[in-house]
Amino acid sequence: MTVLACVLAAAAYLGAAHLVPALRGRSRWPAGRTAAWGGGLGCVVLGSGGPLATAHGDLRAHMAGHLLLGMVAPLLLVLARPVTLALRTLPLHAARRLSRVLRSMPLRVLGDPFAAVVLNAAGLWVLYGTGLLTATAHSPGPHALVSVHVLLTGWLATAAVLALDPAPHRRGVTARAVALAAGAAAHDVLAKTLYAHPPAGTTRAAEGAELMYNGGTVVHLLVAAVLWRQWYVSRGAVRSAERVAPAPA
Amino acid sequence: MASGFRRAGGGQRPRASLHRTTEPPVTAPQHDRPWHDRRRLLLSGLLLGLGAAGAVDEIVFHQLPHWHHFYDRSTGTAGLVSDGLLHAATWSATVAGLALLADVRRRAAFAPARWWGAVLVGAGAFQTWDGVVQHKLLRLHQVRYGVDLTGYDLAWTGAGVLALLTGLVLLRRRTAG
Repeated sequence: MTVLACVLAAAAYLGAAHLVPALRGRSRWPAGRTAAWGGGLGCVVLGSGGPLATAHGDLRAHMAGHLLLGMVAPLLLVLARPVTLALRTLPLHAARRLSRVLRSMPLRVLGDPFAAVVLNAAGLWVLYGTGLLTATAHSPGPHALVSVHVLLTGWLATAAVLALDPAPHRRGVTARAVALAAGAAAHDVLAKTLYAHPPAGTTRAAEGAELMYNGGTVVHLLVAAVLWRQWYVSRGAVRSAERVAPAPA
Repeated sequence: MASGFRRAGGGQRPRASLHRTTEPPVTAPQHDRPWHDRRRLLLSGLLLGLGAAGAVDEIVFHQLPHWHHFYDRSTGTAGLVSDGLLHAATWSATVAGLALLADVRRRAAFAPARWWGAVLVGAGAFQTWDGVVQHKLLRLHQVRYGVDLTGYDLAWTGAGVLALLTGLVLLRRRTAG
């Protein structure tokens, strides 16, 4: 089912990004974003199915799956800027409706970087801190729900921190960097706690916790690099504006 | 009529520049001036100093000689929390400091002495705080286990204080000069 959903998502993106502009004679969509979308969907398939998800009780395999699903896939999916693509492809009426939904109160609250990061971290703490992990390990239904939750909250948090798609109430770079650091700290503390107190019924818990800690650091660093690069580029625009009209000495 | 044009930012350059002393043009942002460049340079140094000291502490002392480990049984909950927080804080500070430094350099506002002063202040403040608060007051972990700590503690905190003072001297000299 995951594979089917991902194939549909890939087809929809490809059509909107490359088929529609060609038919309407519009400007081309950057190929890198399409590649990011494909890579992100690939991570979703790998992380939610296959050998990584079926290794019950092996915390290292479990962590590898969640790293792909909750961190790498969200980063790639955010870099693909799906909302920007939807807004430029949809007919005017539908695009307006979409932007109204994006501006609505629930999404404004959820899309705030601090709320999104807290939601993401709290989900992890509930999953690993309570018995939920062992309870869902052997039943496919709840396990799938947990996977969807990990993907969605990770995606929401990454999207809120990076704000690459149009965001009506985007916070400044400092606030978003602080939110990212706070989320990373919660993630790292949890990883060390898992190392100290392995969840019941898991094997290779120490290796899993170290993978969570180190892998998490690498992806968080990448997110921070994207965030600050975006700031650097936007400062460049300010600088060229100053060249046109220099500020008084 | 003509003054209306100038206020909108479209006047002739020499005449418009007379007006800028009272009314800056909208295209040049108020918040991006030399004073802000200096502040950004300072902030970049402080953040990178903090990040570097944290990274040295974590990589050199926690992981290489295994003086203290990823986790040892004596680490309490407070130690786990402080390790995670510090790890996230130091790399966040490093990335932010690098971005600020790149911007300052692009604006040709880089001043080596002032920047190194700020780096030393950031690193020294971190090291001193680590030595005094984390090691001694909170007793989260020690520099090394199973040996007499006096020399190690003196060297650890002394290095921090020395870096902090050197940095402050560098900064004061720049401000005076």
